[in-house]
Amino acid sequence: MASVADSAIAPPRRQRSAVLRFVGRLFREKPLGAAGAVVFVLFLFCGLFADLLAPYGMNQISPINRLKPPSLQFPFGTDNLGRDMLSRCLYGAQLSVIIGFCAAGLATLISVVLGILTGYLGGKFDLVTQRFVDAWMSFPDLIILIVVVSVLGPGMPQIIGTLGLLLGIAGSRIIRSAVVSVRENMYVHAAQSTGASTFRILWRHILPNVMPPVIVLFTTRVGVVILVESGLSFLGLGVPPPAPTWGGMLSGAGRTFMYQGPWLALAPGLCLTVVVYATNMFGDALRDLLDPRMRGSR
Amino acid sequence: MDSLPEPSTGAPRLAGAPLLQVRDLVTTFRTDRGKVVAVDRVSFDVAAGETVAIVGESGSGKSVTALSILRLIPNPPGRIEQGEVLFEGRDLLKLDDASIRAVRGDSIAMIFQEPMSSLNPALTVGMQVAEPINLHRKRSWTAAFARARDLLSKVSIPDAGSRLGSYPHQFSGGMRQRVMIAMALACDPKLIIADEPTTALDVTVQAQILALLKQLTRESKSALILITHDLGVVARYADRVVVMYGGRIVETAPAADLYAKPRHPYTRGLMASIPRLDGETGSRLVPIEGQPPDLANLPPGCAFAPRCKHVSERCRAALPPLEAVGARHYRACFHDA
Repeated sequence: MASVADSAIAPPRRQRSAVLRFVGRLFREKPLGAAGAVVFVLFLFCGLFADLLAPYGMNQISPINRLKPPSLQFPFGTDNLGRDMLSRCLYGAQLSVIIGFCAAGLATLISVVLGILTGYLGGKFDLVTQRFVDAWMSFPDLIILIVVVSVLGPGMPQIIGTLGLLLGIAGSRIIRSAVVSVRENMYVHAAQSTGASTFRILWRHILPNVMPPVIVLFTTRVGVVILVESGLSFLGLGVPPPAPTWGGMLSGAGRTFMYQGPWLALAPGLCLTVVVYATNMFGDALRDLLDPRMRGSR
Repeated sequence: MDSLPEPSTGAPRLAGAPLLQVRDLVTTFRTDRGKVVAVDRVSFDVAAGETVAIVGESGSGKSVTALSILRLIPNPPGRIEQGEVLFEGRDLLKLDDASIRAVRGDSIAMIFQEPMSSLNPALTVGMQVAEPINLHRKRSWTAAFARARDLLSKVSIPDAGSRLGSYPHQFSGGMRQRVMIAMALACDPKLIIADEPTTALDVTVQAQILALLKQLTRESKSALILITHDLGVVARYADRVVVMYGGRIVETAPAADLYAKPRHPYTRGLMASIPRLDGETGSRLVPIEGQPPDLANLPPGCAFAPRCKHVSERCRAALPPLEAVGARHYRACFHDA
């Protein structure tokens, strides 16, 4: 077979141009979503390179520059200990990126595995698992989080794990419903008739067709996780200080010195609002654009 | 062969047993209105290289028969209750899951009726044609793609090499059905089951697709089970015909015989309801009066009795058995018509 295996008939590589075309469509058809995407990418960039971008260390104290309003030297001002707010917001972005992506990734993984299995296999397994999901969803998320954090103590792994599990189990419902509609398609029966195993059908025929909801689920989950994490930090149950989380900054110095230095609350608050809003807009735009029938069209 | 119980439906006596022997197949569905017997004691043979048409109206059990052969009946609600499907001497109904999967797409391939929805919209056409080769022949993807390109040009898709990377929505209906045929041919199957392969297509394209299917099965010496409700299709392409009504076989004969001398009132009714180009102009088509039978509520006797012109008390009371009325010609009717 080696003779025919020349490069001319190798599996086609059109991925890159497809991605470029998709980005083009995003900007043309969904300007708000595109703006969201830009902010999302910027946020990602800031988070990943916070160490290089931040002009000062996150906990670098400067007693003579306490509670300075925004200026050229300190664009976001300084807090009650003289720490540069811009640097702290950048490092806060780093923490948010880590927690957001890890927890949303874990949640999406759990949703996909659970959703595909229950949706495709159906029957009693589906019934039992989904009643469990019902029960799970009826618990308020924040209560479970607070219980876990108070038992295990505050910390990043606990938050990521708990949030991943909480959102993952709830999100499995969305993937399941997508799978149920995909499962009834003729091409799934056709795949069965070619002798494909259940795993092969799930992996090659079901999963690619539920990718749009999976991607949208992930992006919107990133926003949710960042918000919930900030809520926890605000309550003092998040990543413990002096780590610069946005929620922690809001509740700590931000609240105490609100009248002396409103920028202490405004800076992290604006970061949070803009990033979460941008993430949601981006997720919505993706949901509208990611229709498999639109793929590969010229 | 001789030890098998009747009815044999008159497969040509080639050397050895036929490729496929379906014996007393019963497939039922559980519904809200009780158990529905979709296929009731159906038996027929398919010889190697032969084209057998299964004809019947919607709900006659022809598709369920085809799906039962490969055990593709969704269970629940469907269930194959009894019978044997002997393929090369092995009973497909008794194989374990892995063994039946090894048969599907390899020695028996299937073509479905809706080319619009039978291809996965998220995968390229080349990927889908190559998949059975990769799956059953354990070839590398590169080798499988090379074979896929050959297959696509074999089914007359122009510029096959570059179309490998196209997605199904970039193809027309007829082209998609060609892709489905290429997929079915991928592993040189001994039997192809085509379930109304041309129903969703334009009339001109229908003829092309059927001619292609016939030519390719002849070249590869594959047997073909052609499921259709179009007797015109049958006349041109089938060697033998099985006519189904209400889940049962009512008549089976070599295609030429069936056209020359249909022996069951239902078959004759079907023939009379087809427009003919060579008939008298202005002659009226004769419809079959009444409604197709309700499978959940079949009469105890002949399922066609309520619509039959020759009906007698005997037809309503008892089920007419399949009897020989000529060389390899069988029909299930009490009346000598």
